[in-house]
Amino acid sequence: MNEVERLKRKLDRGQITRREFLSRVSAIGAVAAVPTLYSGDAVAGPKKGGRIRSALAHGSTTDSLDPATYENGYMAVVNVAIQNHLGEVDETGAMVPELAESWDIENGAKTWVFNLRQGVEFHNGKTMESEDVIASFEHHMGETKSPAKSLLEQVDSMRADGKHKVVFELKGGNSDFSYIAADYHISIKPSKGGKIDANDGIGTGGYILKEFDPGVRSFFTRNPNYWKEDRAHFDEAEVLSIIDPTARTNALTTGEVDVMDRVDLKTAHLLGRKPGIKVEETTGTKHYTFPMRTDTAPFDDNNVRMALKHAVNREEIVEKVLYGHGMVGNDHPIAPSNPFHAAGLEQRTYDPDKAKFYAEKAGGNIKVQLSAADAAFPGALDAAVLYREHAAAAGIDIEVIREPNDGYWSNVWMKKPWCACYWGGRPTEDWMFTTAYKGGASWNDTFWANDRFDQLLVDARAEVDQAKRREMYFEMQQIVRDQGGVVVPMFANYVFAMQDSVAHGPVAGNWDMDGSKFLERWWFA
Amino acid sequence: MFNLLKVVAQRIALGLFTLLIVSLIIAFVVELLPGDITQAILGQSATPETVAAFRAELGIDRPAPERYFEWLRGMLTGDMGKSLANKREISELVGVRLSNTLFLGGFAAAIAVPLSLILGLLAALYRNSIFDRGVNLFTLTSISFPEFFVAYILILLMSVKAGWFPGISNVSKDLPLGDKLFRTLLPAATLTLVVVAHMMRMTRAAIINLLSSPYIEMAHLKGIRPTRVILHHALPNAWGPVVNVIALNLAYLVVGVVIVEVVFVYPGLGQLLVDSVSKRDVPVVQACSMIFAGVYILLNLLADIISIVTNPRLLHPR
Repeated sequence: MNEVERLKRKLDRGQITRREFLSRVSAIGAVAAVPTLYSGDAVAGPKKGGRIRSALAHGSTTDSLDPATYENGYMAVVNVAIQNHLGEVDETGAMVPELAESWDIENGAKTWVFNLRQGVEFHNGKTMESEDVIASFEHHMGETKSPAKSLLEQVDSMRADGKHKVVFELKGGNSDFSYIAADYHISIKPSKGGKIDANDGIGTGGYILKEFDPGVRSFFTRNPNYWKEDRAHFDEAEVLSIIDPTARTNALTTGEVDVMDRVDLKTAHLLGRKPGIKVEETTGTKHYTFPMRTDTAPFDDNNVRMALKHAVNREEIVEKVLYGHGMVGNDHPIAPSNPFHAAGLEQRTYDPDKAKFYAEKAGGNIKVQLSAADAAFPGALDAAVLYREHAAAAGIDIEVIREPNDGYWSNVWMKKPWCACYWGGRPTEDWMFTTAYKGGASWNDTFWANDRFDQLLVDARAEVDQAKRREMYFEMQQIVRDQGGVVVPMFANYVFAMQDSVAHGPVAGNWDMDGSKFLERWWFA
Repeated sequence: MFNLLKVVAQRIALGLFTLLIVSLIIAFVVELLPGDITQAILGQSATPETVAAFRAELGIDRPAPERYFEWLRGMLTGDMGKSLANKREISELVGVRLSNTLFLGGFAAAIAVPLSLILGLLAALYRNSIFDRGVNLFTLTSISFPEFFVAYILILLMSVKAGWFPGISNVSKDLPLGDKLFRTLLPAATLTLVVVAHMMRMTRAAIINLLSSPYIEMAHLKGIRPTRVILHHALPNAWGPVVNVIALNLAYLVVGVVIVEVVFVYPGLGQLLVDSVSKRDVPVVQACSMIFAGVYILLNLLADIISIVTNPRLLHPR
């Protein structure tokens, strides 16, 4: 295949014509392989122009431009259209430079020096410098309502070293701090006297915000001054908020919009069959869970937890609830796209006999309640009912309690002994584990604490030797799988659809719609 | 005339009092809902510190009666306050949505009311004929379907299959009138189908009821044409009950169309109210409720005035 790859690269660069390419490839006898190598989009480079209209399943009239309040998919898209961050996640899940050209790690990963790109201008003409970065970070530190506050608690101090360097001193070593510094909340905005104006909608991004009607519509025009030369191809962009899935699908099929997210899984195959429309999916870190409170009986007994973990048929749930758009989980939150995913860890399967064995060890019949609502994740109730049937075959009695959607996150999650939940996932193991699995973390929904795990967590964070890190994270995933309080039956794909006229390169899987950056990464073919 | 004015003044005073009671009830009920705006907006990101910081920033850590009276004082001076969620001026926010809702409601009413009156009159004129039965069957069927079902059928037939109309009605401020009318035709048609039955059947019933009165019999005996009998002699007396039903349906067109708004993605007041309730954005919820209550009260008042004008006996209830 090497020769074909080489020829293809020559074709991309225009060094040979298509006719020559085909004749040489058929000479090698590799004609059959050509269509799969020809991914169509990658052959023709991005074309500029056009107005893209998109429909998202999120958005509410209560949305605001303040980076400390971004909490739904609509604002995620607006966020990265108008603003940039110190780094971004690319299609392989790696953190690559964005506004920071590079970063130096010193002092056992306790000191981080970010070298800022020079000559980048905000939409209002001001040049981006270290004071803007400092002000943007400070918006999320100290007395703030920002969810990034807990992430930045590890920062002991930060200072500007000239106009193009920002130095962070951390309280403890953290090899993954670049991911933290590039968290989507921490958008870099212009500083006015040491503070940012959180609601001005100004950033260094590829698109300039022209109109913003929260919960309804946003309108952008391309930033002619954008510092990224190979991004932001559309002239204008319109983002509509269409919560109702039927209305959203209609908008795409009647040509009112060009792109939509959250394809209704039940009818995805029908949508894919429609001429002129293509349905695509990416597997990222999104996973659905059933967290058990390990501080409440009977879930405080690991035998009960193991019994329940063996009593669920994961393949069937992926088939029936995700309609195949996903993959099975192994009772820990690390996805294959995470760098240190424990690929060698044995996949747990549905085993009613093992479940009975653990149930006996726990002292007999297990009778528990599972609280679920579709607010946890679409299809949560169906999954819970399926779980009940699978567990009944192992002699375990699960009573499914349907909770109201409204107020689910206040009254059910982290309150009821066993419920359903979803996680968007995090790009690094350390981040995911620190957010939800570290003893005492505010989102530790299993109220679980394991000393060995917590110790490994701190050690792995500061460890610079990648091989050693891999071993540590392997052990941590194993501990969560075998002693943790969470059942993770599946990872869900992001499924989205677009007109055939929309083209793109390899798609990132960290968030929906190419890391929410479809406006700057995609183009009209 | 003077008596009429007195009645109107009384009604307006009663109406304002009703608005006050409504505001108290809404404030009370929203307080009872679990969670508050800080938890609703921060969602999964809500930790005790961020919630407390947000609460202090919004000033909602003060007791409920204090907040209610401050809001009331603001309303009396015409200041609806700011949305808790994104600090926008509520008057602007609601103003745009209200004008959209009124536009759609007005458009639907402009089609539905004359249509119902004409159909009702014709049905009364040709009562018990095939036409009468057919019209009754059709309108009763359309009102029995849930409105989202009617909406989906219309979208399927007119937009997806035939491609005559756009599938969603996202109107924005600067759209020319013609475009706006074109984009809102489907939702207006949906709403028409939903409200015609009630008005049409009331008109028909009121007129048929009157047709058995002695003076109508006299008119027939005098040889007056049936059309003139109905339009000139029966209809003026039928206005009372008909106008009441029309007012009720007009109020529904403003207040009850949130489902149609969601299906057609039309930026109206209903969607705003749903979003604000689910995020517990109390000032916006109260402002919208005041507007809805006001609409009902005003339309009822108009209905009463028209009834009285057409039937002066109503001025002096026994």
